[in-house]
Amino acid sequence: MAIFKSGVIFEGVDTQDENAWRLAAYEARGGYVALRKILAAQMPQDEVIAEVKNSGLRGRGGAGFPTGLKWSFMPRSFPGDKYVVCNTDEGEPGTFKDRDILRYNPHALIEGMIIAGYAMGTRAGYNYIHGEIFEAYEQFEAALDEARAAGLLGQNILGTGFNFELYAAHGYGAYICGEETALLESLEGKKGQPRFKPPFPASYGLYGKPTTINNTESFASVPFIIKDGAQKFLEAGKPNNGGTKLFSVSGHVNRPGNYEVPLGTPFTELLEMAGGMRDGKKLKAVIPGGSSAPVLPAEIMLGVTMDYDSISKAGSMLGSGAVIVMNEDVCMVRALERLAYFYHEESCGQCTPCREGTGWLYRIIHRILNGEGRPGDLELLDSVGNNMAGRTICALADAAVFPVRSFTKHFRHEFEYLIEHGKPLVDHKWC
Amino acid sequence: MLEIEIDGKKLTAPQGSTVMEAAHSIGTYIPHFCYHKKLSIAANCRMCLVEVEKAPKPLPACATPVTDGMKIHTHSDLAKKAQAGVMEFLLINHPLDCPICDQGGECQLQDIAVGYGNGASRYQEEKRAVPGKDMGPLVSAEEMSRCIHCTRCVRFTEEIGGFQEIGMAHRGEFSEILPFLGKTVNSEISGNVIDLCPVGALTSKPYRYSTRAWELSRRKSVSPHDGLGANLIVQVKHNEVMRVLPLENEEINECWLADRDRFSYQGLNSDARLKTPKIKFDGRWHDTDWETALAYVVKGLNGVSADHGKDAIGFLTSPHSTTEELYLAQKLARAFGINNIDYRSARSDFRADAAKQGAEWLGSSIVELAAAKSVLVIGSSLRSEQPLLASRIRQASKKGMALNIIHVADDELLMNVHAKLIASPLALVNAVAQVLKAVVAIKGGDSTLDLAQVDVSAQAQAIADSLCAGETARIVLGAVAQHHPAYSELLALTQEIARISGAGFGVLSEAANSVGAELVGAWAQGGMSAGEMIASPRKAYVLLNTEPEFDGYNSAASVAAMKQAATVIALTAYQSEGLLDYADVLLPIAPFSETAGSFINMEGRLQAFNGVTKPQGEARPAWKVLRVLGNMLSLDGFGFNSAEEVRSELLAKGDIAQRLNNSLSSIAANTAAKAGVVRVGEVPVYSTDAICRHAPALQATALAAAPVARIAADVFAAAGLAEGELALVKQGGATLRVPAHLDASLPAGVVRLAVARAETAMLGGMFDTIEIERG
Ligand SMILES: Cc1cc2nc3c(=O)[nH]c(=O)nc-3n(C[C@H](O)[C@H](O)[C@H](O)COP(=O)(O)O)c2cc1C
Ligand code: SF4
Ligand code: SF4
Ligand code: FES
Repeated sequence: MAIFKSGVIFEGVDTQDENAWRLAAYEARGGYVALRKILAAQMPQDEVIAEVKNSGLRGRGGAGFPTGLKWSFMPRSFPGDKYVVCNTDEGEPGTFKDRDILRYNPHALIEGMIIAGYAMGTRAGYNYIHGEIFEAYEQFEAALDEARAAGLLGQNILGTGFNFELYAAHGYGAYICGEETALLESLEGKKGQPRFKPPFPASYGLYGKPTTINNTESFASVPFIIKDGAQKFLEAGKPNNGGTKLFSVSGHVNRPGNYEVPLGTPFTELLEMAGGMRDGKKLKAVIPGGSSAPVLPAEIMLGVTMDYDSISKAGSMLGSGAVIVMNEDVCMVRALERLAYFYHEESCGQCTPCREGTGWLYRIIHRILNGEGRPGDLELLDSVGNNMAGRTICALADAAVFPVRSFTKHFRHEFEYLIEHGKPLVDHKWC
Repeated sequence: MLEIEIDGKKLTAPQGSTVMEAAHSIGTYIPHFCYHKKLSIAANCRMCLVEVEKAPKPLPACATPVTDGMKIHTHSDLAKKAQAGVMEFLLINHPLDCPICDQGGECQLQDIAVGYGNGASRYQEEKRAVPGKDMGPLVSAEEMSRCIHCTRCVRFTEEIGGFQEIGMAHRGEFSEILPFLGKTVNSEISGNVIDLCPVGALTSKPYRYSTRAWELSRRKSVSPHDGLGANLIVQVKHNEVMRVLPLENEEINECWLADRDRFSYQGLNSDARLKTPKIKFDGRWHDTDWETALAYVVKGLNGVSADHGKDAIGFLTSPHSTTEELYLAQKLARAFGINNIDYRSARSDFRADAAKQGAEWLGSSIVELAAAKSVLVIGSSLRSEQPLLASRIRQASKKGMALNIIHVADDELLMNVHAKLIASPLALVNAVAQVLKAVVAIKGGDSTLDLAQVDVSAQAQAIADSLCAGETARIVLGAVAQHHPAYSELLALTQEIARISGAGFGVLSEAANSVGAELVGAWAQGGMSAGEMIASPRKAYVLLNTEPEFDGYNSAASVAAMKQAATVIALTAYQSEGLLDYADVLLPIAPFSETAGSFINMEGRLQAFNGVTKPQGEARPAWKVLRVLGNMLSLDGFGFNSAEEVRSELLAKGDIAQRLNNSLSSIAANTAAKAGVVRVGEVPVYSTDAICRHAPALQATALAAAPVARIAADVFAAAGLAEGELALVKQGGATLRVPAHLDASLPAGVVRLAVARAETAMLGGMFDTIEIERG
């Protein structure tokens, strides 16, 4: 299901057209104009990067790091191999936007990566694709073939002497391989485990070479920025939150799906676009940025706009833009138990606090849910979480702790009730 | 240098060093598990969290680089809480049954838990249970529930061993340390993971559950096996060696031991130890006392000497014996009038003896060898001959040493090799000559050797280029070269390459005391060499710590020589089958662990040690036996009261360093390659000496599997063999049926079949011709 309003990436994409992803359709929508423009003008690398900086584009993979700034970290005079890598691992529960980019508009990503390669002086790139969206992977390979055949990719692109090769690789479904350094390990054929940083990928990345990693949506936004200008992109959103954003709306709404809307759009509007609450039920809570983001209760959510700054001020994160909507029939203990189980399953296991802590958190919550909670369990959850967060190699441990903290903060009474009475306050209804 | 402060103490630390290293430099201890100075940084255990001022959260000391002005607190409230938090996590799934854990008492987790943990656990859920793994006969991985996932073992096999034989499979809480499915850990240095494992997950299979660590006394010693001279801590309980651990010596073994050094101690406690003197008469062995046995020896030696002359007697000694024993053995022989003495039973070419100018040695220190920019190793199965030196060279080859190989087989060295030239033993001299010719062409010098017939291959050219390009280059000859029938020519050519290229050269001393044996004169000066004593059998043999069927170049000929002798007198720690067969008197001597003595390692370093236990049964240190024999034979100069007195006398003959010299005063070589089918007969890694031959766990490893014939493709095809079927091998009139395996790593014309094994003891010389057919 993919429903797009307006925007940068899906502007003009007819999702009903089974050829919408093809090169011809992309070019008809203005595709590869940006690349041609850069190559024809031999635009200086610094200018390309400055344009991306000025656009206010922030990384769409979760952390919201300014993309142009990241690109400027790449040592451009470095003589050896360098790489750009795209992160289409998309394993975060609730997130399903990047697969739709591959499905409906893969050339936007390809063009964005070629431009990135040009700007950072790299000759090769990889797109690492989640192992459980194999069709999207295959279609991406087909799109790459089209681009190569059209002289847009490979040696001597468009006869300008610029070389850039792009390869697709697929993972096997581990969430941790979305963490950028685990992704690099996996891409190198090793077990996907995050690396200790520093050194950061910009100095020690793929095969130990300088590497820039961005999310699919980040790269796919770049052609627009070059074609229509940084200012236009910035204006599509709001200051410091440039552009439109894809939101994967899931949960108890009438029309779950991907919505591309300007950053700064009120949550209420987004909810409306998604058809409002299903069966007229009351909104209870929303996780606004993927399962790793803190949950926010309805009363807070109804007042926020969908952008990095507003959601952060409200106490959560825009994250990957996965909006998980929960209605009044959700038992928050049960919801948290599902999330805790996920992190318990997906921890890579290197770091002591995460390996041991994710399992411990899950077991406590599981116990509470099953009516075996004990007084002191909530304090224990808090304390275990404190010993995990910020003490590990990657942010998965933090991601596991944020939901626990926020659920037990905003819906503490449900946990207390279950611990005290051995049964849930809210009779969870599956629907 | 950066100025930093740790717990209020000001210090300077070099740019690029970590907080952990800086703390160590001032003796501040930061608790840690995954960190190890010889391994890459994993930063996964999180035990080393410390507070760094201005950092928002505690940082891992092992992975945090120091920056100028950094203020670190290892014991602040924040640091202590962070450390206690990690400790709690480490313990929640840990069995905590320390009283029944083999690691109890020497466990880092136990120690650090006491210092940095909280008293009680808040974890009340079920603990995880992890099934045990089979890593082979040396390393026990039965207790994997104890693993704390520090990945030291994983990093060791990959980084030091060169091949990741242990990995961490699965994810998160379900992570498990395991070897390749269905495989054991077969590295020749695998036992180090036992020391590295901070908990009782990986333990010593032979040792586990035999004692508690605190019941053991720790004594220093030196490994009696290869020429490295690894430093040992031998742990003893009730006069029995229970375990061997490394004694750190950065210049020799670093903090490692080869499995041979670590597990051979089982041989010291073997049932095959000879505990009383024995004499054979009436076709049977009889236990006897020392007096009777020594009187028998004296009578025997005097008798043979009277009937056949002194020249009818030969002494075969061992380079695994102590300097003092070897010195006394040669002193006794020579004082008695016998010059037929040699420690080089495994060699076959003694033509260079007359041109020797000193004792063979590495030609440099071990550290200098590893620091050379270019190294050429000639004729060495490096990993089995010198397991730890190989590991050191592996590290050096990662840091830029250009390693070059000339060898009789393309062995997997698990290290970066710059260039290699693989040749049949019949073409080995030619191979080295190719490098010489290329070096002459590069350097423009002139060799006295005739190189007209030599064609320089591309590989030889690459090796020569490397030797001439390196600021420091070294060439070393391994055991295969030393045993080779053209050793003198290999040595001569090496000397020429070194002279013209400016490289240094030497030998990889194969045994713990090869250098000592040569220095004290326990070799054929003025008498017969080991080869001659076998080729022209003697009427009487005195064997010191030697089993000719295993230690000799030609097993069949050695046994035949023993059998025809009127008397074979064996000073031995073991009543081995061979000795029981051909000897007529066995004198029980103490192995290295039961006597004071010294070994001189390949770099010419004398390392003295004391016995760590009393001799077993009636066994006596060989130096004492030889002293008494000297006195009984009425020889002068045998009034020693201690091994130290023997050592002072032998050291008074001159400074060791002055007497080391690899150069020959005159050289010759026939550089033509010959054709034919030839054996490559090497001593397997756990067959080098009687001690490891009697160590059951080592003998149960994959590296000690029963010998098979590995056969070059041309020979294999010509004989019409099929993979794995039995082949009939013929050498020196004897035949043997062994499984045949095609081996693509062998050069044409080669059959590789181990020596020093009972299964092949009926066969002939190590690098002699051999026939093979379907059998
Ligand atoms: C546990 C974990 C999982 C992650 N998964 C993804 C993912 O699936 N896709 C993604 O783009 N970024 C993911 N990230 C973030 C990446 O590490 C990285 O920050 C991002 O790809 C950078 O791209 P951006 O700057 O364009 O956002 C993950 C991070 C963590 C800690
Ligand atoms: S925090 Fe968790 S997932 Fe991340 S590296 Fe550590 S153990 Fe692996
Ligand atoms: S087995 Fe021992 S060394 Fe290996 S990871 Fe586990 S605790 Fe560390
Ligand atoms: S010792 Fe620093 S994290 Fe393990």
